[in-house]
Amino acid sequence: MATLTREETEALIQEVLEVYPEKAKKDRAKHLAVNDHEANAKKCVTSNRKSLPGVMTIRGCAYAGSKGVVWGPIKDMIHISHGPVGCGQYSRAGRRNYYVGVTGINAFGEMNFTSDFQERDIVFGGDKKLAKLIGEIEKLFPLNNGITIQSECPIGLIGDDIEAVSKKATAEFGKTVVPVRCEGFRGVSQSLGHHIANDAVRDWVIGNRDNKPFEQTAYDVAIIGDYNIGGDAWSSRILLEEMGLRVVAQWSGDGTLAEMENTPKVKLNLLHCYRSMNYISRHMEEKYGIPWVEYNFFGPTKVAESLRKIASFFDDSIKAKTEEVIAKYQPMMQAVIDKYKPRLQGKRVMLYVGGLRPRHVIGAYEDLGMEVVGTGYEFGHNDDYERTVKEMGNATLLYDDVTGFEFEEFVKKVKPDLIGSGIKEKYIFQKMGIPFRQMHSWDYSGPYHGYDGFAIFARDMDMTLNNPCWSTLTPPWKKPQAPALAAAA
Amino acid sequence: MANIMIRRGDNGALSFYLPKKDLEDDIVSLEFETPQRWGGELVLKDGSRWHFEPLEGEPRLPITVRARRLGGEDD
Ligand code: SF4
Repeated sequence: MATLTREETEALIQEVLEVYPEKAKKDRAKHLAVNDHEANAKKCVTSNRKSLPGVMTIRGCAYAGSKGVVWGPIKDMIHISHGPVGCGQYSRAGRRNYYVGVTGINAFGEMNFTSDFQERDIVFGGDKKLAKLIGEIEKLFPLNNGITIQSECPIGLIGDDIEAVSKKATAEFGKTVVPVRCEGFRGVSQSLGHHIANDAVRDWVIGNRDNKPFEQTAYDVAIIGDYNIGGDAWSSRILLEEMGLRVVAQWSGDGTLAEMENTPKVKLNLLHCYRSMNYISRHMEEKYGIPWVEYNFFGPTKVAESLRKIASFFDDSIKAKTEEVIAKYQPMMQAVIDKYKPRLQGKRVMLYVGGLRPRHVIGAYEDLGMEVVGTGYEFGHNDDYERTVKEMGNATLLYDDVTGFEFEEFVKKVKPDLIGSGIKEKYIFQKMGIPFRQMHSWDYSGPYHGYDGFAIFARDMDMTLNNPCWSTLTPPWKKPQAPALAAAA
Repeated sequence: MANIMIRRGDNGALSFYLPKKDLEDDIVSLEFETPQRWGGELVLKDGSRWHFEPLEGEPRLPITVRARRLGGEDD
């Protein structure tokens, strides 16, 4: 289907808004827009607002942002989901943050620790239980390097003093114990949870080794905002190492407490997920004078661009090596493109994800000759949209905190060839007969970052889009007369 | 009054950042920008105006200052 014109896209938004009651319509209208390179982002899309009751939103809570995203992947710390059992149990190990280590011995990423609140804990307070729990952890898992307390909703409501418990435990066991006030009701989405988690890192971790010796080199960097989903941080790290840099820390995929504590000693912070970790990068810039640079490791065009951008902070030897790295991978990438581009050329994609992906993966699709015709953030802010407007084509659709209804209607009209969104959307669209990739945790695949990741990305997209199943969705008796054998070719 | 952070952006211009609201924008003009006096009224690319007490001398960037929004208080 031909691309929609600006007028058609505007008409589509109006049409979708039509069904809402007056007040909801007025509110939702601010979150939907047609991309316009001239307009400034603030005027075009309103974001980071409370979702309306009654509309289907896909957002998570602050606890999810802190425990699930920022803190959870720190593998050598134990993260207590403090409160009732469900919040931690239902989200356990869902994000596929890979790590090296022996689970239950010196790494704890996939485990769920919870204080399992009961009625009496709500009535009488849970501080004693928490202190006991920390003692038990110390006995059962002595190789943990620290503990974080991730507050669930009730903790804030009953006014427990988790800070006092943490201080006491720190004194008793001589380990870092971090209280995180990330109760789910704070903020409008998981986004505030990222911020709260960043602030907790700032207050309880970042200055811990300020005057301790550390063997520095001129090429120390930290990877910030890469959660190693399916191994993403690993396929990024090898490129940085190949260009001569030393990766001191990974935040937070496959990361450790010591890595975080050593980060203030690096020369440059490399920021992948701006949304979830710009706060701590800004803090380190102000306190330690460490510059930060945003990069994008999706697709060879953006990878090469980013490698050069990172190298520009260093001397000529790094710059020369960077060119070597790019040259080395170029033929491999060309082979991938030669193989998949003919099969994917001209296909149109709609995205609806969180964090950095609604804008970062656009380049990777373009490398394969595909076009992103609509994109939106679950919990993006103004600064995200500002960065997105430049990446997207003119007259494409932008939708913030899209509702289930809007998304379905957009898809029916725009008729994309592929949708990339979350697990909650997956089966709806597959049943509508549209190829779908779950783009939060790469649909059990990955990594997608870096050069190695792109090869997997391209294969996955081809596998999904050109899967023979799509041609057999209509049962034979509903098919028009001519048998569709040709479609299989 | 709000805490805002001023830093040097990638494009070389001064960049304004208001945490929590995540307002990030280029500063198009700053009242005092001399080695002796730095600060005062600033105008962002989107047209909004802010003011902070001028500092004595150019600071090391980024820097967090207390600033007040001037003029039209929309949303
Ligand atoms: S909103 Fe509260 S109860 Fe629900 S998952 Fe988040 S922390 Fe748990």
